[in-house]
Amino acid sequence: MASGPMTASANTKEALEQVTILFSGDSGDGMQLTGSQLTTTSAALGNDVSTLPDYPSEIRAPAGSVAGVSGFQLHFSAQEIHTPGDNPDVLVAMNPAALKTNLPRLLPNGILIIDQDAFSERNLAKAGYEENPLDDPELGSRYQLHPVPVTTLTLNALNDLDLKRTVKTRCKNFFTLGLVYWLYERPLEQSLEWIDKKFSRVPLVAEANRLALQAGFNYGDTSDAFAVQWTVPGARNTPGTYRIINGNEASALGFVTAAQLADKPLVYSSYPITPATDVLNHLSRWKHMDVRTIQTEDEIAAMGAAIGAAYGGAFSVTGTSGPGICLKSEAIGLAIMLELPLVILNVQRGGPSTGLPTKTEQADLLQAMFGRHGESPLPVLAAASPGDCFETAIEAFRIAVRHSTPVFIMSEGYLANGSEPWRIPSLKDMQPITVRHLDDPNGFQPYSRDPATLARPWVIPGTTGMEHCIGGLEKHPPTGAVSYAPEDHEEMCRLRAEKVARVADFIPELEVNGPQHASLLVLTWGGTCGAALTAVQRAREQGLSVSHAHLRHLNPFPRNLGELLARYEKVLIPELNSGQLSLLIRAKYLLDTISLPKLRGQPFTVVEIETRINELLQ
Amino acid sequence: MSPEENTIKLTRKDFAASQDVRWCPGCGNNAILAQVQKTLPELGIPRENIVIISGIGCSSRFPYYMNTYGIHSIHGRAPTLAMGLKCARPELQVWVMTGDGDSLAIGGNHFTHALRRNVDINIVLFNNRIYGLTKGQYSPTSEIGAKTSSSPDGSIENPVNPIGVAIGSEASFIARTVDVFQKHMSEVLRRSAEHSGAALVEIAQNCIIFNDATWAHITDPDNRLEHVLYLEHGKPMRFGKQGEKGIRLNGLRPEVVKVEDVGEENLLIHDEQASEPTLAYLLSRMGPPEFPTPVGVFRAIKKPVYSQLLMEQVRSAQAAKTADLDALFRQGETWDVPGSPDGDNQ
Repeated sequence: MASGPMTASANTKEALEQVTILFSGDSGDGMQLTGSQLTTTSAALGNDVSTLPDYPSEIRAPAGSVAGVSGFQLHFSAQEIHTPGDNPDVLVAMNPAALKTNLPRLLPNGILIIDQDAFSERNLAKAGYEENPLDDPELGSRYQLHPVPVTTLTLNALNDLDLKRTVKTRCKNFFTLGLVYWLYERPLEQSLEWIDKKFSRVPLVAEANRLALQAGFNYGDTSDAFAVQWTVPGARNTPGTYRIINGNEASALGFVTAAQLADKPLVYSSYPITPATDVLNHLSRWKHMDVRTIQTEDEIAAMGAAIGAAYGGAFSVTGTSGPGICLKSEAIGLAIMLELPLVILNVQRGGPSTGLPTKTEQADLLQAMFGRHGESPLPVLAAASPGDCFETAIEAFRIAVRHSTPVFIMSEGYLANGSEPWRIPSLKDMQPITVRHLDDPNGFQPYSRDPATLARPWVIPGTTGMEHCIGGLEKHPPTGAVSYAPEDHEEMCRLRAEKVARVADFIPELEVNGPQHASLLVLTWGGTCGAALTAVQRAREQGLSVSHAHLRHLNPFPRNLGELLARYEKVLIPELNSGQLSLLIRAKYLLDTISLPKLRGQPFTVVEIETRINELLQ
Repeated sequence: MSPEENTIKLTRKDFAASQDVRWCPGCGNNAILAQVQKTLPELGIPRENIVIISGIGCSSRFPYYMNTYGIHSIHGRAPTLAMGLKCARPELQVWVMTGDGDSLAIGGNHFTHALRRNVDINIVLFNNRIYGLTKGQYSPTSEIGAKTSSSPDGSIENPVNPIGVAIGSEASFIARTVDVFQKHMSEVLRRSAEHSGAALVEIAQNCIIFNDATWAHITDPDNRLEHVLYLEHGKPMRFGKQGEKGIRLNGLRPEVVKVEDVGEENLLIHDEQASEPTLAYLLSRMGPPEFPTPVGVFRAIKKPVYSQLLMEQVRSAQAAKTADLDALFRQGETWDVPGSPDGDNQ
């Protein structure tokens, strides 16, 4: 563990197992930054961490309004954790709107830190408060209320600096961070270094933020308001070097890694769309890895470019969110018909239509499975956690290349923007991705098949003597010549389906966390994994007969899935949609699954799943 | 390309696929196919380095009939595949074969953006002013009043001018030719292939079944010289059987004049390299009944090429920074959990 408290304090110290803290303020208050600073510092201390940023889709919604509230929830723990926490133990509210939005979520007797300077009549009115809630004695009796004049104290601390008042006021998030650092015995060094780096060109601003951070810390130390300082000791993780990663960066790193493992350039074509845009932003900065990014004129062009790049022999990805997939559907059908290896990333958000751009959902599973005309199957994978986006990206390419097919990766806003510690992988432990471009014209047929995988050869332009034309029209197997013959269409449909089905021969069988036979199995996919795993573990601690299984492969399913499900009396499927995986399982295995749907733009809490488990096993 | 490859003499036959051509007898596409098959061998590019990508429509069957690499893609999207391919393989020569519906209706967005980006591709637009494959509906280039199977009372839509769209899209090479002008077409295609950047060649093409004789005023051998203005860089604009007519600029308006009345020195001089597209735009608006129809190269300018710029950025990034995946993994702050042999922080 790194350094302990900065100063010798006379306060009482108490150890805690875990803390969930929610920073909440105006979207201009720097709450995302404050949260991510505490995340890095806590992770470096050895805590396991998991985060949930929650922000409005407006860049600057009217200041002080409920619509403009931006939040960052962080769960840090002495034990391994899998979710950003259900309800916060600590709420930091930088204005009345933040208090109004998030107070209902604060646990009873939770710590409530408030910037009382922000509770002006004007701000109270904007938040819809008729009276100042700080005047209500109820608030102080229900929670450990700490009204702190954050703005005033920040300005006082920066009194000697020759900066505009507005610039000084902006440092109040670092004051708050300093206070929280004191409260949970976090060292300041990491944030001080970050400030120096971030504001190296404006030393005065760096100084202001440093002073604010220190002032917040000192306030905790010297004021009588906080009687207790809490410690959360480090978790014991697998040895290695770690960093914090969110899902979008993990996806981007995974794509680059896959291309490097195959010694191929990576072409990423994309149209900006929340919450997938950061993948494009990251990759456009990694040209030194032979990454070529194309910001196309629309979603269709991004898919078309992905097909063109794959045809040329590059490792090719297009990334988007659900509305983008709608537009790409026809071209995805072409990729299926051409049987070219490429990857389509869907960072899901709330829908339909523009829906909830910045909120999470898992409602595009059936779209990935069936959202094209004709019989057009393709493999579908889903990432389970932010860090898992890395592995999923690499596996998607392995499947795409081995089976000559486009592959869907399902991510979610929750995974894309949420972060967790990530053990930096060792390159020498990774299997290369073997790519073979057929270059022997003897007996070449564009739609001949590998006997095991049914993949067709990946022949690229520039190969002498193998010139040929492929297209979206139906074909004669194996020549690929255009054919509308009834038997050819039936055979080609069968081959395309069989090829995708055979992916199951190359993926691991599904494993269960918990007893192999039990009263209940909780089956999940995507980002629901963590909450379900935690809920199941808690339920088992209470003596309930329940197991958890998590599907990374949604098409095809692992070979043992049907047999596995049959071993449990009941199967519960929590998902952020109205029961899409449940529908697939029912259809395929004629099994009466129990669906636990949620459509609130937020991930499952552990309690929501635990409650349902308890109900089912009463 | 290696010197040996360069010396290989390819012929028209080398570029003809074994597939039976299934366009209607007398379709202008057959003449275009013949000229492309004749012109490509003259470029000295190995056959395997040429890729022909098409969308949907009669013209888009083109790649099946060429013994090169090809993709028959989906409606309107060929330029997007071409762009992706060029970013993966900048060394390939990529052609997009498209029609007026494919490129100006359903694919209008990609058409303009491919030209704007100046992706190094050749777009050949077969303009027959009709939807042939779906049996005769009006297209974006059909004239007002055109009676077609979907406009029995005459089209009420303003047609779009492909050359004008290309100018508005800042295209760096813009040309027009006619399906029956064999030598002219071959020359224009060659110029297009040699151009670095996005090239648009509009080919006035006859659909013998659904829109026969739509270009008759310029294809009729007896009157062709009266109605066609052959553009030649640096030359005065003259037309007519004896070259007796010319184009003069009167203020901002071009006008048809008799050369002997005004003198050749007062005629407009064609400048395909003009830095501003003003002249090209004036020319794009010319046509019957008042004016002859210009054919040839409207515009050919040097502009930075998208695929080259992209690769320059990649190469300079590679020169500045080693491709170190492990370093990429370790961006930002890292920490060690003891037991690891390879930690680097703290």
